[in-house]
Amino acid sequence: MTAAGETPRPYTLVAELTYRCPLACGYCSNPLDLARHSAELDTLAWTRVFADAAALGVLQANLTGGEPLVRADLTALVAAAHAQNLYVNLITSGIPADRARLAELAAAGLDSIQLSVQDVDAHGAAWIAGRDDLDAKLEVAAAVRALDLPLTLNVVIHRGNIARVGEFVALAERIGAGRLELANTQYLGWALANRDALLPARAEIDRARDVAAAAAERLRGKIEILFVRPDYYADRPRACMDGWARRYIVITPDGLVLPCHQATSIAGLDFETVRDRPLADIWNDSPALRRFRGEDWMPAPCRTCDERHADFGGCRCQAFALAGDAAATDPACALSPRHQLVRDARARAELPAAAAAPPPIRLRRMRTSA
Amino acid sequence: MIEAGSRVRLAAKARLQRDRLTGKPFLLYPERGLELSDSAARIVALCEADRTVAAIADELTAASGEPRERIESEVLSFLRALDDRGLLVVT
Repeated sequence: MTAAGETPRPYTLVAELTYRCPLACGYCSNPLDLARHSAELDTLAWTRVFADAAALGVLQANLTGGEPLVRADLTALVAAAHAQNLYVNLITSGIPADRARLAELAAAGLDSIQLSVQDVDAHGAAWIAGRDDLDAKLEVAAAVRALDLPLTLNVVIHRGNIARVGEFVALAERIGAGRLELANTQYLGWALANRDALLPARAEIDRARDVAAAAAERLRGKIEILFVRPDYYADRPRACMDGWARRYIVITPDGLVLPCHQATSIAGLDFETVRDRPLADIWNDSPALRRFRGEDWMPAPCRTCDERHADFGGCRCQAFALAGDAAATDPACALSPRHQLVRDARARAELPAAAAAPPPIRLRRMRTSA
Repeated sequence: MIEAGSRVRLAAKARLQRDRLTGKPFLLYPERGLELSDSAARIVALCEADRTVAAIADELTAASGEPRERIESEVLSFLRALDDRGLLVVT
């Protein structure tokens, strides 16, 4: 893929503007120690990041969090990304937003909005997110469509809501979404801490996938429907982030440059911040970003596997979290010597007790000690 | 399904732009980007003002001198692929 010395071109910047969030989802992709990253980059620093990212080749900016709407300067940030000709996508829970704020963002050059809904069932939403905001989200969706902004509906799927995939499709139709992401939880960070409460049984995954596939066929050309399986139920790993530090740049609220949302969970990697060094230098030279770029780092069986160009060896954070070694084969892969760890988790999800009384969930809260 | 008489324009969520590094045309839309060939970019650029597919094929034939039948079939298959991704408004 990448010859020695040749740095891949990034296409997408994931700007985690803040880790503050009114929701407390038990599968949050933010790190467990999120309070450590609370010294947020200011407007000027992000403006420089957008310019530097565009110069590196980035075409898309995903403004996310936490909840990006809690940033008082969000309109200025959208305008700054837009000024770099980036396609600006806001990834939001919709809380707190009103029509005037959304109109302001649209006028600043926002290209699209991805709105998350945790559940259509009030108890289900409260269980996973600590609160139910469906009515407010429906108002946000209506305001987005009234502004003629493209709308993606995102639902993170887990044991608590997987039976309602058909209702999520109906919701996407009702609110005029052009894209529906039915993204199963991947078991890292907060989701890994809550895995036994969240991981569905295989039959539930299969049913949901069939519902999604039938809807995708019926709505082809109207709503693009994406169903992402948990990699615990795939025999091969996800092409996590399309490869380590290859196509995506993730920047944390405090400016760390990462290959993915979870990478600070890997012990022994020192990620650098845009406060200290220009983004291009970090992208090209940072030892932490070079560590798993390309294929030289791969162990057996990855290094000779025909699929290494398709899955890039899977997820390094998962290898670290499950096998204790970020350079190991992703245990989600059936060829991994540690795949039994994943089989064991799946087996627990099949137990009748798991369906009857799932274990309590640990909600994501911004404590100083995680 | 898009036919020769269908009127097409690019959906609001899709944006055609030149890449600042390579000069190549890209079609950007939520979460995705497609690098286009120059001929694909010419088709996309003509997807405005509710032109019909036949009119787009006429324009490209006039510009290229290639057989019209072949051009229209290429335009149709490319636009159907875009439509499957929800990137066109078809009337």
